Amino acid sequence: MNRAMNPARGAARTVTRRTALIAAGAATCSLLAGCGAADMTKQASPFAGAQGAKTVTLSVQSWVGAQSNVAVAQYLLEHELGYRVDTVQVDEVPAWDALSQGRVDAILEDWGHPEQEQRYVKDKKTIAPGGGLGVTGHIGWYVPTYLVRQHPDITDWHNLDKYASLFRTAESGGKGQLMDGSPSYVTNDKALVNNLKLNYQVVFAGSEAAQITQIKQFAKEKKPFLTYWYAPQWLFKKVPMTEVRLPPYKEGCDADAAKVACSYPHTPLQKYLNADFARRGGKAAAFLKKFRWTTEDQNEVSLMIADQKLTPAEAAKRWVDSHPSVWKKWLS
Amino acid sequence: MATITASALRSTPGALRHPALRKLAVLAVLAAVLGPLAGAHWAGSTWPHELTVDLTKPLTGASTWIIDNRDSHPLFLYFFGYVSNAVVISVRAVYLFLLAAGWAGVTALGAAVAWRVAGVRLALGTAAAFLACGLLGMWVPTMQTLALMVVAVLASVAVGALLGLAAGLSDRMDRALRPVLDTMQVLPAFAYLLPVVLVFGIGVPAAVLATVVYAAPPMARLTALGLRGADAEVLEAVESLGATGRQRLLTARIPLARKELLLGLNQTIMMALSMAVIASVIGAGGLGDRVYQALASVDVGAALAAGIPIVLLAVVLDRVTGAAGGASPARAASGASGSRERRGARARLGALAAVAAVVAVALVARLAGRLDWPTGWTVAIAEPVNRAVDWMTAHLYSGVPYIGGTADWAGHFTTWVLDPVRSGLQWLPWWSVLFVVAALAWLIGTWRTALTAVLAMAAIGVLGVWQPSLDTLSQVLAAVAVTLVVGFATGIAAARSDRFEKLLRPVLDVCQTMPQFVYLIPVVALFGVGRAPAVAAAVVYALPAVVRITAQGLRQVDPAAMESARSLGATGGQQLRQVQLPLARPALLLAVNQGVVLVLAVVIIGGLVGGGALGYQVVFGLAQGDLATGLVAGVAIVCLGLMLDRVTQPARRDARKGA
Repeated sequence: MNRAMNPARGAARTVTRRTALIAAGAATCSLLAGCGAADMTKQASPFAGAQGAKTVTLSVQSWVGAQSNVAVAQYLLEHELGYRVDTVQVDEVPAWDALSQGRVDAILEDWGHPEQEQRYVKDKKTIAPGGGLGVTGHIGWYVPTYLVRQHPDITDWHNLDKYASLFRTAESGGKGQLMDGSPSYVTNDKALVNNLKLNYQVVFAGSEAAQITQIKQFAKEKKPFLTYWYAPQWLFKKVPMTEVRLPPYKEGCDADAAKVACSYPHTPLQKYLNADFARRGGKAAAFLKKFRWTTEDQNEVSLMIADQKLTPAEAAKRWVDSHPSVWKKWLS
Repeated sequence: MATITASALRSTPGALRHPALRKLAVLAVLAAVLGPLAGAHWAGSTWPHELTVDLTKPLTGASTWIIDNRDSHPLFLYFFGYVSNAVVISVRAVYLFLLAAGWAGVTALGAAVAWRVAGVRLALGTAAAFLACGLLGMWVPTMQTLALMVVAVLASVAVGALLGLAAGLSDRMDRALRPVLDTMQVLPAFAYLLPVVLVFGIGVPAAVLATVVYAAPPMARLTALGLRGADAEVLEAVESLGATGRQRLLTARIPLARKELLLGLNQTIMMALSMAVIASVIGAGGLGDRVYQALASVDVGAALAAGIPIVLLAVVLDRVTGAAGGASPARAASGASGSRERRGARARLGALAAVAAVVAVALVARLAGRLDWPTGWTVAIAEPVNRAVDWMTAHLYSGVPYIGGTADWAGHFTTWVLDPVRSGLQWLPWWSVLFVVAALAWLIGTWRTALTAVLAMAAIGVLGVWQPSLDTLSQVLAAVAVTLVVGFATGIAAARSDRFEKLLRPVLDVCQTMPQFVYLIPVVALFGVGRAPAVAAAVVYALPAVVRITAQGLRQVDPAAMESARSLGATGGQQLRQVQLPLARPALLLAVNQGVVLVLAVVIIGGLVGGGALGYQVVFGLAQGDLATGLVAGVAIVCLGLMLDRVTQPARRDARKGA
C-alpha cells in the first residue's frame, strides 16, 4: 500500500474515528444510569436481584453469633417473605462503610463504634439505627474453669502476675501469654497490660478461627490459658471459662485508648440499616427492624452451626421450626 | 565434550572469584568507613528514630477526606463512580448470562470451548469439573466467581496487552515499564487490597480492580516479550514487501507472538483466580467468600467444599489455555503445508456444531425448567472431611511417643529457629543489615540490583517499621530454608524417577491452586497459634514451584554431558553432584527466587493465624479501616519483596554464562 496516503482521506478517517469514539462514550454513558454524576452511595451488589427477585444483602461478621442472626433472618426473609438474600462477610469497620454506600442493606449485630456512628448516622445520615438486637455483649479476659478449680484466686487481676509462668508459650517469650483474636475486634488489651503493669505479652491469633482452634487444643489437654473473649459465645458450652475481674468499668474510663485501666463495658448490641433501605425496604426493612431475640436463642443456633457443623440454613430451619412464638411477632 | 564442559565448569568459579572478591572488597571498605560513622552518630541497633518519617497524619487525613468527599467530589462522581458502575454492570451482565444459560448450558459451553481448543479429553474433564462444582452444592457461588473472573480477566488482558504493545514497540516505554512490571510480579496480593478499598469501598468493584492490577502484569510482560522476540528476518521480509507499520504489526509481529500471548493469557487467568479468593476479604463474594465464611466457624470441611471448585476451575482453565498455546505451532505448520482451505472448512463446521449443541442443551434445560442446580443432587463432603481432620489433629497434636507431637515441634521450631533468627536480625546494627543486603545482591547481580535492594531496605527503615519487617524477614528466611531443603530433595527424587514424578504431579497441582485460606486452619490445629503455623503454610504453598523448577532443571541437563560422565564411570551420586547440579544452576537459582517470593506472600497471610509483624498490620489496617497502619505495612511488604527478589535474582549475564 502507498504510504503517502491522500491527506484528505486520512483526515476523514480521523474524524470518523473521533465520532465513533464520542458515540461509544455516549452509549456507555447512557447505559450507566443516565449521563451525569455517578452516585457512589447507591452501589448495589452485582449479584443482587438476579432474575427479578427482590433482594436483601446482609453483612455477616466473622463470628458465629453474627452468622446465627443472619441465618435466621435469611431463612425467614426467604421462606416467609419471598425475598432472595445475599450475604457478604465483611469486617466491622468496613461494613459500616459498605452499609453507607448501599452495598449491604443491614448489619444485625454491632458492638459499638461511636466514631462511625457519629460520621454516618449523625453527620451524613446515610445509615439509620435499626433498634436493639436484644442481646447484651460483654468483652473480658477469661481463664478455663478447670484452672479456676486448681487456683481459685486466679480470677482477680492482682494475682495474675503470680501465675504468669503457667501461661508461658513459645510466642510470649518469658512472659505470660494473653491471647487476643481478630484484629477487627474492639480491644484495649495492649494498653491494659501496660497500665496494670502485668508481666504478660499480648499475642494476636490474627483471626477468631485461629483463636478458637487454639483454645480447643488447650482445653483438650487441660492446659492453662488466658484469653480475650466475649459473651454471648457458643464456645462457653464446649469450654467452660471464667472471667478474670479487672478494675471495674466506669463511664468514660476508656475514653483515652492509651490510658485505659478498667474492664470492658456491657454493650446492648445494635442493628443498623442503610438509610434508603430503611425508608423504602418495604416488608424486609420492617421485619429487620423488629428482629429481636435473646442470648439463649442466639446461642442455640450458634452451637448448631459451630459445633454440630450444621449449615447455617439448616440450623436456622431447626430453630424456626421450634420457636414459632418468637418469630411470628417479627412478621406482624 | 565432557572434559571441555568439566573444565569450563571448574574454571567458571575461578573466573568469578576475582570480580566477586573485588566487589566484596569495595563493600568492605565502604562498610569500614561508613559503618562506625553511622554507629557513632546514631547509637543502638535498630533504625534511628531521626531518620523515620511519620505518615500517620497525612494518611489518616487522606482517608477521612475520601470518606467525606466520596459522595460529592467530582473526581468520584465523574470518574471513580463510573468505573465502579461499569464493573458492577459488566459483572452483572455476565452473571445473568450464566444463570440464564443454566447449569446444563454452562457445562456444555465449557466443554464445547475446551473441545475446540484442546480436544476431547479436556472437554470431558471440563464437563466433569463443572458437574463436580454443582455436586458439591457450590453452583451459584461458582457462577459468581466465574462472572467476576471473566470481567477481571478481560480487563486484565486488555490493559496488559495495551501496555505490552507499548513496551514491545517503543524502547523508551520498555525501559520505563519493565522495572514497574518486574516489581508488580513479586508483590504479595495482600498488599494491593487496601488502596482499592479506600477508593471503592468494600465490594465487587474493589475486588475486580485489585484483581486487574494483580493479573495484568504477566500479560504485559509476555506481550512485550513476544513482540520483541519476533524473528528479525521475517520482519525484514515483510518490510521489503512494502507493508506499513500497522500491517507489519497485525500480519507479522502479533501472529508471531501468538505463543507468548497465549502464555500471558494463561498466567493472567491463574493469577486472577488466586486473587479472586484473597479478594473475598474485601467483599468479592462467590467461592472465596464461602471459604472465608467457613473459616469463621473453623469448618475445614465446608472450606474444602468451596476450595475444590476453585482448584477444579484453576486446573481446567490452566490446561485449556495451556493446550491452546502449545498446540498452535503444530497446527499452524500443518495448515501452511497445504489443504488449508479444507482444514479451515472443517474447523468452521466443528465450531458450528459445537455452538448448535450448546444452544440446544441450554434450550432443553430451559424448557425443562431446570436452570438451577437440582437441590437433591449434592454430596455433603464437609462432615467426613471434618472427622478426618479432627482425627488427625487429635492423634498428632501432642503425646506421640518418641517423636513428640506437632505442637512440640512447632514450639521447638519457634524457640530454636525462629527466635534466634529474629533476635539475630534485630541485634544486627541497621547499617550492617544494609551492607549484607548490598553484598548479597551485588554478588549475584549487578550494582543496579544491589542499589535497588539497599534502597528498598532503607525505605522500610524510613517508614518506621524496621522491627516488624525484620520479624517478617526472619519468618521468610526460616520458611525458605525449610522449603529449599525439602524442595530440592523432592525435586531430585522426581527428576530421577518417572513414576515418582507422575505420582507427585496431581499433588503439586492441588497444592499450587488450593486457596491458601483453606489450609490455614488445619495448620493451626496442628501447630497452634503463632509464627510456626504461618511458616508451615508458607512452606506448603511454595514447595510445589520449587520442586517443579528443580526437577525440570535437572531433567534438562544436556544428555551428552550426562552420558560422558557415565562413560567415565561416575556413580549416580557423583553424576548428580558434579554434572547435574552445577549444570542446572540457573534453574536452582530460579527455584530459590520463586521460593522466596511465594513464601513472602503466604507469610503475610500468616498474619491471620498469629504470624504477627507486617502481615498482622495489614490485616489490622483492612479490618479497622486504618489506612496509616495498613498502607505503611503494605508498602513495607512491597519493599521487602523487592529486596528479596533482587537479592536472589541472578543478573541475566550470569544466567547465560552458567548455562
